[in-house]
Amino acid sequence: MGTPDFAETFRQEAQELLEQLEQALLDLERTPDDHELIDSAFRALHTIKGSGAMFGFQNVAAFTHGFETAFDQVRKGSVPSSRELIAVALAAKDHIRVLVDEPEAAEAGRGGAILDALRQAVGPAADPAPKEAAADPATGAGPATWHLRIRLGQDVLVNGTNPLLLLDELRSLGPCQGAAVTDAIPTLEEMEGEGCYLGWDVVLTTEHPRSAIEEVFMFVIDDMDLAIERVGAAEGGAAPVPAAHPASSNGEGAPPAGDPPAVKHEAEAGHGAAKTTASLRVQAERLDELMDRVGELVIAQARLTQLAASSTDTHIKSVAEDIERLTAGLRDTTMGIRMVPIGSLFGRFRRLVHDLSRDLGKQVELATIGEETELDKTMIERLADPLVHLIRNAIDHGLEDPQSRAAAGKQETGRIRLIARHAGAEVLVTVSDDGRGLDGERIRAKAEELGLLAPGTALTDAELYQFLFHPGFSTAHEISAVSGRGVGMDVVKRTIETLRGAIDIATTPGQGTQVTLRLPLTLAIIEGLLVRIGEGRYAIPLSAIEECVELSAADDTRSEGRSFLNIRGDLVPFLRLRELFETDTAPDPYQKVVIVSSGDLRVGLVVDQIIGSHQTVIKSLSKLHADVDTFSGATILGDGTVALILDIGHLVERGQAREEKLKARQVEAV
Amino acid sequence: MKTILTVDDSASIRQMVKLTLTTAGYQVVEAGNGAEGLSAAQASPVNMIVTDLNMPVMDGFAFIRAMRKLPAYKGVPIIFLTTESDGGMKQQAKEAGATGWITKPFQQDQLLAVIKKVLG
Repeated sequence: MGTPDFAETFRQEAQELLEQLEQALLDLERTPDDHELIDSAFRALHTIKGSGAMFGFQNVAAFTHGFETAFDQVRKGSVPSSRELIAVALAAKDHIRVLVDEPEAAEAGRGGAILDALRQAVGPAADPAPKEAAADPATGAGPATWHLRIRLGQDVLVNGTNPLLLLDELRSLGPCQGAAVTDAIPTLEEMEGEGCYLGWDVVLTTEHPRSAIEEVFMFVIDDMDLAIERVGAAEGGAAPVPAAHPASSNGEGAPPAGDPPAVKHEAEAGHGAAKTTASLRVQAERLDELMDRVGELVIAQARLTQLAASSTDTHIKSVAEDIERLTAGLRDTTMGIRMVPIGSLFGRFRRLVHDLSRDLGKQVELATIGEETELDKTMIERLADPLVHLIRNAIDHGLEDPQSRAAAGKQETGRIRLIARHAGAEVLVTVSDDGRGLDGERIRAKAEELGLLAPGTALTDAELYQFLFHPGFSTAHEISAVSGRGVGMDVVKRTIETLRGAIDIATTPGQGTQVTLRLPLTLAIIEGLLVRIGEGRYAIPLSAIEECVELSAADDTRSEGRSFLNIRGDLVPFLRLRELFETDTAPDPYQKVVIVSSGDLRVGLVVDQIIGSHQTVIKSLSKLHADVDTFSGATILGDGTVALILDIGHLVERGQAREEKLKARQVEAV
Repeated sequence: MKTILTVDDSASIRQMVKLTLTTAGYQVVEAGNGAEGLSAAQASPVNMIVTDLNMPVMDGFAFIRAMRKLPAYKGVPIIFLTTESDGGMKQQAKEAGATGWITKPFQQDQLLAVIKKVLG
């Protein structure tokens, strides 16, 4: 069997196609809008072009390409198939026949003339010249080592790509080592049997250029993530060190020696992020109502879960589990809807700072960081007043006047920074200034003058600063119109406490003060740990819990008189909640200690039993109970009973105060 | 022996593909358009498909989509023939489920290289 004569086969095929083209063109003259006909003509041209180029009829291919490009305008509907156009098209068709059958007989220049006429008939249209494949950039001699991170599209397997072959092909380029990346493999329920979830990390040493590596993936490169990085010298094997995580923004407590442009930049970036969020306006009351309903749903779901737990019906149990999962999802989504970037609040303070700076004759620059940090909408609204107080205080009391600053070797312009950031289940909002810092001695003198402190009492700095929150406490020498009347800081503290938050103050004399508000992410629902003390059940916010340990009998007796627990070398004071709550039932034989923290301080809370985690929908206590400071609220349990929520801030304060007392007593005893 | 189905309305292209592949040791089945290709593939299993896009009756896109709906042809490599000027068709064909492509005009060794690449 001889090699078939491709040229002859092509000629026969071209004859048929040209006839098909002629028929279509003639019919088009009668029905110019018939799409079937236009497609048929176009297809004929396309095939002649493709096959012509394959079998050595370059003239045919080039001319037909021009013809096709012009005719494409008709196919796209941008040009009608007019009589004139069809006349030229028929002439072009005849020219193709000549080119196919007797190329020698073709008049020079005739093809060009026909194409010009065609182009004229369809109007100006870009003729995209066939793209030349970009030449490989010259590569240096010798092998290079490349680090490839390969992540194929999920549907490559279905579409017939075999990743093994790709890896084999890579191996054919040179010595290579690789490992599968399995982090994207979903759980069994979510996995589709035909999906490709694996990625590969490959280090390849090859003499071929980068384009050869890319060529391996040519069919899938548009639908995959492929990172090709050259690894230093050609050593092979040494994978590059992954880029270090960007340093987290240093918020609270940072000395004002920070790089000003960097801070600015960050603030601008944050601002942009806060601005570009697409949004939908919803009435706030509707959101509140939604949150209330979700809260009720969570309570009802807890009842269901409790009922299901005592049932033997596996169907009920499985439905209860589904509902539990769905409720948790609904709760998270609902709370997410209520979250808004704090940037909206920060924006209000620019004007305040501007006005204060003018009124007080101080030059002030406000920098905001972390504007994209999200907080519950209600929380943000209620933060506005406290922050106004803190910023006023910082500018009025904190920052010195320009002359004093210059004398102290500081920039004349004072800096106020507003920083928001996440820390666990809390958001920290810091107001910091680079002013003179707090004057401990003056605070002490004032406290003694007001009779709040016995002269000579030893106090930590943190305790001393707490006097700032006392009603009527102001150390400003002269009361200005802006601040210094002693109202404000106590209001700030009270407001923050109603938000279940806390305030920390840090200061460095001569360098500035940072006031940090620690706030829970949301007001409505928290994850709690349910514990039992006597017969009562109580909830402890999970975010405050560090660990739970058993109170061993040895610890228990040794601790008589001094309630300390040794937690890995640290002495942690503990409170017996049975005593605190005056419980008279018999204690459980094995007491448990829940270690909770607030700020830097820790205490242990001794309870009878740890029941487990609990979705705690917070119901506030009535006004009658406003004086109760051990509890921050109440929640309804699955069986309809009420559990009180422990106020960790107060308990930690209480435990630490006791520690100080005991220490003092010990010192006296020695 | 692996069987490859070539689907093209151009007899000359089919002939060239067939000659190239049989010489390289593959068995070749021919079809003149997508509809014929579909019945040929269902009549007896093939290991790979090389198809044109622009065809009468049933074009390459419809053919590829129909093939991918057949459980037996999920994961079977399907290569399409295209020209440089086709532009967007490449993406369209890939979305339909194609594995890769060969740019026309092509040489016999280019065809074999692509077949080796996807068929192993």
